[in-house]
Amino acid sequence: MDITALLLSRIQFAFTITFHIIFPSFSIGLAAWLTVLEALSLATGRPVYRGIFEFWLKIFGVAFGLGVVSGIVMAFQFGTNWSVLSKMSGPIQGPLLMFETFWAFMLEASFFGVLIFGRSRVPPWFYLFSTAMVALGTSISAFWIMVNNSWMQVPFGYVMENGVFVPNDWTKIIFNSVVWSRFPHMLLAAYLTGAFCVAATGAWYVLRKVYHAEARIMLRMGLGLAAVLMPIQLLFGHLVGGYVNTYQPSKMAAIEGRWNDEKPGSEVLFAWPDVENRRNLFAITLPPPFGSLIDSDSFTAAETGLNSIPPENWPPVAIPFFTFRIMVGCGMLMLALAWLGSYLSYKHRLAYNRPLLWLTFFSFPLPFIAIITGWFTAEVGRQPWVVFGVLRTADAMTPFLTTQQATISLVIFCAVYAFIFLFGTFYIYRLIRIGPRKPFEIPHLAVPNRPMSLADDEPITEPHHFVAGE
Amino acid sequence: MVMFWVSLLAISILLYVLLDGVDLGVGLLFGLASGEARRGTMLSAVAPIWDGNETWLVITAVILWGAFPLVYANLLSAFYLPLIVMLLGLILRGVAFEFRYKTQRLRWIWDLSFAGGSLIATFIQGMTVGALVEGLPFTNGEYSGGAVGWLTPFAVLCGIGLCLGYALLGACWLAKKCEAEVREVAHRQIPVLAVGVLAFLVLVFAYALAEHLPILHRWIDRPYLFVFPAIGAVAATVLALSILRHNDHWPFYMVALIFVSAFGTLALSFWPYMIPFVITIDEAASPHSSLAFMFWGCGVVVFPLMLIYTVISYSVFRGKVGATAGYGHH
Repeated sequence: MDITALLLSRIQFAFTITFHIIFPSFSIGLAAWLTVLEALSLATGRPVYRGIFEFWLKIFGVAFGLGVVSGIVMAFQFGTNWSVLSKMSGPIQGPLLMFETFWAFMLEASFFGVLIFGRSRVPPWFYLFSTAMVALGTSISAFWIMVNNSWMQVPFGYVMENGVFVPNDWTKIIFNSVVWSRFPHMLLAAYLTGAFCVAATGAWYVLRKVYHAEARIMLRMGLGLAAVLMPIQLLFGHLVGGYVNTYQPSKMAAIEGRWNDEKPGSEVLFAWPDVENRRNLFAITLPPPFGSLIDSDSFTAAETGLNSIPPENWPPVAIPFFTFRIMVGCGMLMLALAWLGSYLSYKHRLAYNRPLLWLTFFSFPLPFIAIITGWFTAEVGRQPWVVFGVLRTADAMTPFLTTQQATISLVIFCAVYAFIFLFGTFYIYRLIRIGPRKPFEIPHLAVPNRPMSLADDEPITEPHHFVAGE
Repeated sequence: MVMFWVSLLAISILLYVLLDGVDLGVGLLFGLASGEARRGTMLSAVAPIWDGNETWLVITAVILWGAFPLVYANLLSAFYLPLIVMLLGLILRGVAFEFRYKTQRLRWIWDLSFAGGSLIATFIQGMTVGALVEGLPFTNGEYSGGAVGWLTPFAVLCGIGLCLGYALLGACWLAKKCEAEVREVAHRQIPVLAVGVLAFLVLVFAYALAEHLPILHRWIDRPYLFVFPAIGAVAATVLALSILRHNDHWPFYMVALIFVSAFGTLALSFWPYMIPFVITIDEAASPHSSLAFMFWGCGVVVFPLMLIYTVISYSVFRGKVGATAGYGHH
């Protein structure tokens, strides 16, 4: 494959957005978890919930901060590398991104301040309300991003005027089955990420024999939430598959490794797609009508194969084929772990089952891998289109961008991101390792606009320099 | 509707320049300061506000994309490398606020990334404005200048000029917010930087005369534009008086006023162009259905809320910061 500015731009976008999604998917789930903890703390009055809350608030701060920092870049990258797309789709994608910035920023910034400063200054119900508003802010942010991306997957509600996508029905753009299956799918994925990170932390503490009370709550709640959410997530995953089958047959055929039209369809469980010869090697296949049943909820439906789609409209088949299976595999592992763990926890035997505790501890990468591979399936599967069926990725790029410029930018992006990622994850690791040991002190220097300052793990003993009303 | 979004864009850009100009300027002066006590104090004068300030850059970007996609697409792609380097500069200086207190031995790395990131970001912002004023090479409505079409002596001059300008803003902020040594050093820096900024403005004017830049003709065509330079001149006079009296607060407001007048001069002399003299506001504007959707959903309620929020967070952190030490000594 030739190294072109197009390829480099795609790699750059993929790299920066993959880096970015790690942090929001973690912090959206954590924000919701903090709300649950605060509600429990209010309802039961048990101090242990409060301790766990303060502990996870610090980790939330770091993840949130890294998400913000890496998100700023995204607001610019459409224009730098994809000027044709941003010219054409600006009237639709621009407003959607603006809603995200304006709405989410307002909520998060305002109420995050209360979370840090307000404990002693506001009534308990208002503190809980603020926590919920921060969680709502992160979810609203996710919502507008999903509307934005869903429009690129299946463009609704526009007319083409002078080569520009002009919106003519915002309700269609926002309220359609694609958005409302994909947004819950992403939101649940974020909640599951939070749940597994919490459970893994609990398992680690149990194995290390520290923070007994906190660890058991983290384990039980993390796994319990996952046990409830996983089946719902599978359902929404199935609904997302439904939209793909309806609107993006090329993506569906690649995911399924289906070469020929079939009626009813069979289901390839595993194979090695041989694109050159248009066949699957080493295929393990369920006979018809399993393919139709899974893709179309029908015993008899016809399923489209890649051979009836012009090859210039194929995505790179192997990537969606494998990333989809990795995502589903992670999901199955998480389901098994969540159910088994919750069952043992219910029987009060989980704390003694060291193998399962170790498995739970090592499960924390699973939701991240599932989210990233799921996004790869969606985005690579959409190729060769940037706006599906209307605008090709190759035609969307900045026409005068050179390979040299794209190389330079990609290299420096990688260097700087690797640098801050290493430090950021190291601080999260250190916070989790230390655990909820210390009684939480108000971090004098943490302010709404500086969430990462929560990571100062040693209490600051100096007096606060910025006294309000001084 | 178009006018509404032009105004919001102008407010956002102006707020960004004034607010982030302060902490970028402090970043520049930070590079000149020695000693942990001074550096720590300087940081704590901007630590609570820098991230909120930077948000106005994102707001500017999304207003551009949503309301003026043609400008967003053309400018961002034309300034490809400088823009990406600027963003990474901003990231590096941003994380430095937190990371420098995690380490003693490697603190110099983060101090370097704070001062260096501030310098890079400021220089590129000034250079971008300079290149815009001078006029980017466009052919048939599309940028045609290649990878470094923006790199001209005038653009570099503007980059240096903005470094002086932001440093002046930063010094005035430090005089306003700090005590003891940092305040005294700032008071010594203000006149030097002020003279530098004025010299820069004279130089720009001379260059414009020499090169017959299109923008100069617009000033001559529209004499009423001289209201803005006049405001700037009055502000400069008050600034000089307040420097002589060692006032802590007036210099900041006067420098801010000079920035406002410079911004107004620039914006009105571009009018009605957004990319001078290639794309006008009306050509660049999104269709009405987009502008109206954003107006009701974002502009009319949420934007004022964001302004109120900014005012509140500044009033929470008003007053002088501690004089002797920085924050977070571990």
